[in-house]
Amino acid sequence: MSVTVELVELTKIYKGTTDPSVDGISMTIEKGQLVAMLGPSGCGKTTTMKMLAGLLDPTAGDVRFDGESVIDIPAEKRQVAMVFQKPLLFPHMSIGDNVAFGLRMRGVDKKTRKKRVSEMMELVRLPGMEERRPGQLSGGQEQRISLARALITEPEILLLDEPLSQLDANLRIEMRDLIRQIQAELGITSVFVTHDQEEAVMLADRIALMLAGRIQQDGLPQDFYEQPATQAVARFFGTKNFVPGTVSGMSFESVLGTLQLGHEHPAGEGLLVIRQEAIEIGPGENSFEATVQRTMYLGTHVRVWATAGDVELQFTVPPGVRHEGEQTITLRLPMAQTWVIPVEDRIL
Amino acid sequence: MSDEQNVTGGQRNITGETGVMPPDTRLDVEDPPEAIPGPKAKRHIGRYVLVVLMCFLLLLPFVPLIFWSISHRWFFPTIIPDELSDRAWSYILSDRSGVVEGLLNSLVIAILVAVLAAAIGLSGGRALGLYRFRGKRIVELVLLAPVIVPAIAVSMGIQVMFIRYGLADTIPGVVLVHLIPTIPYVVLVLGAVFANYDTSYEEQARVLGANPLRVFLHVTFPAVLPGLIVAAFFAFLISWSEYIMTLLIGGGIVVTLPLLLFDFVGSDPSVAAALSLFFIAPAIVLMVLTSRYLSGDQSAVGGIGRA
Repeated sequence: MSVTVELVELTKIYKGTTDPSVDGISMTIEKGQLVAMLGPSGCGKTTTMKMLAGLLDPTAGDVRFDGESVIDIPAEKRQVAMVFQKPLLFPHMSIGDNVAFGLRMRGVDKKTRKKRVSEMMELVRLPGMEERRPGQLSGGQEQRISLARALITEPEILLLDEPLSQLDANLRIEMRDLIRQIQAELGITSVFVTHDQEEAVMLADRIALMLAGRIQQDGLPQDFYEQPATQAVARFFGTKNFVPGTVSGMSFESVLGTLQLGHEHPAGEGLLVIRQEAIEIGPGENSFEATVQRTMYLGTHVRVWATAGDVELQFTVPPGVRHEGEQTITLRLPMAQTWVIPVEDRIL
Repeated sequence: MSDEQNVTGGQRNITGETGVMPPDTRLDVEDPPEAIPGPKAKRHIGRYVLVVLMCFLLLLPFVPLIFWSISHRWFFPTIIPDELSDRAWSYILSDRSGVVEGLLNSLVIAILVAVLAAAIGLSGGRALGLYRFRGKRIVELVLLAPVIVPAIAVSMGIQVMFIRYGLADTIPGVVLVHLIPTIPYVVLVLGAVFANYDTSYEEQARVLGANPLRVFLHVTFPAVLPGLIVAAFFAFLISWSEYIMTLLIGGGIVVTLPLLLFDFVGSDPSVAAALSLFFIAPAIVLMVLTSRYLSGDQSAVGGIGRA
């Protein structure tokens, strides 16, 4: 039932603009995988999604399902279901008729429709609500109905365009878990668009981070934290510390002194990426001196602002650690936590 | 909130009551019972008086018409006609008055104008309400022109054209010319409807397997229907009361009710009064039938909103 989806050099330039909104994206989504397309608003992720669904014609490039181009197949025949940001329940139809819409469009008879609708209502944990009207349900319930409506036709691909962004925090978690559960149950190839990196990490098998119309990095969730491809990726995932220096062999020369690297990197100039939670206090391997500027108690941890040479560092330590005023302390960066990225994209 | 709804939903299923409870009845249930007469009751009386007053003001002009239509003689100081007569009514209901033919002509023309104007308004309103394009301001100005330019000024020119194309003195010709003053209204009404319309619903329907035609039938059309009805209603009324253009283009061969009415105004007030009542009736019936679309929940700008 599910298929492998391939995007080949997919490009979209909107009429009246010169900059491409989507700039030659290529990626493969394996059968049954749930891929998160992550990026800030306006990065082209929704445009990519619409091209996948057939709602927008690409300027160039190809979309392939199981190796066959679907570029000439209109949206209604693509076997792609999509859940949007808003539930978009048709206001003049009952909940049951909304869920049955896809089957009705495919000419399925009334009796089968009714049976399938009640199955779908079970699946989204809202049994017996068929007779209600849109507007009589809460936002979270409506979004679940929207999901049921998308899944009823047993599509080969499920596209989710920020379906959680309009829900409040608790509902969001509930709905996120439900989506993950149903997706695993049905084994349907899915793409989940979001601007929330936490959501992407928790939900997806794989993440594609999009910035300015291009995929910056495509990989496992932990890669984005531990081995970001560029400074922009690292920043998007909350990393604030970048130390310029030079790689030679397995060591890195900078104002922090000479640090041993845990991975191989091309020799020459580079930026050392230090995540906030990577720095530890006290002497040991890869240690260096820094001056504490200020600290902030945050309950589960303490945030520390410090300077080392002309570099500002921001990191978190366990709550037991206290520092008063300006003082020089010894910090260390475990070898395994080191990662160096190229310098050239500092503008982003 | 959602829990509470779950509970009420469950109960309804157990007691076997059939499903849908309209949102407004829900709100009524939550209102406290009106047992205590207080400021609320006073407000009710105030509203009651207002409604009666409005009805009175709206209906008052019809009273003399009714009297005129059934009077034989009615001179100044008397409040009620001295002598009653069914002359006017039996005349307009007779074959020789041509009222039946005029009524049919008026109806056919107004219905055709309403349907055509609604169709034009649907596409024009969509373009103006949803899309930005070059020259949009000019298109809007041209659309409004018939409201600004007096009909009689252009009718002469149109008549010459229509004679050449054989449209003068025909019902199709009159329908076409009636479209001129109606299109601005329908396009503006539907433009406002579409300005408040979310096309994501159409995309949602597409990915659920609806081809463009079915998207229109199942999603767009029901969403804009209230606005469409209001627009068609305007078009009907404009066509229904059009006089000058019908006279010029119809050439006295296509006779509609306003033409008949004008013949008697001044010469025979009794017949004119009876005809007037005849003339007003369809408008009132239509107004009552479409009133729920003119205001409140179901109003023209409701439906699928961008909210």
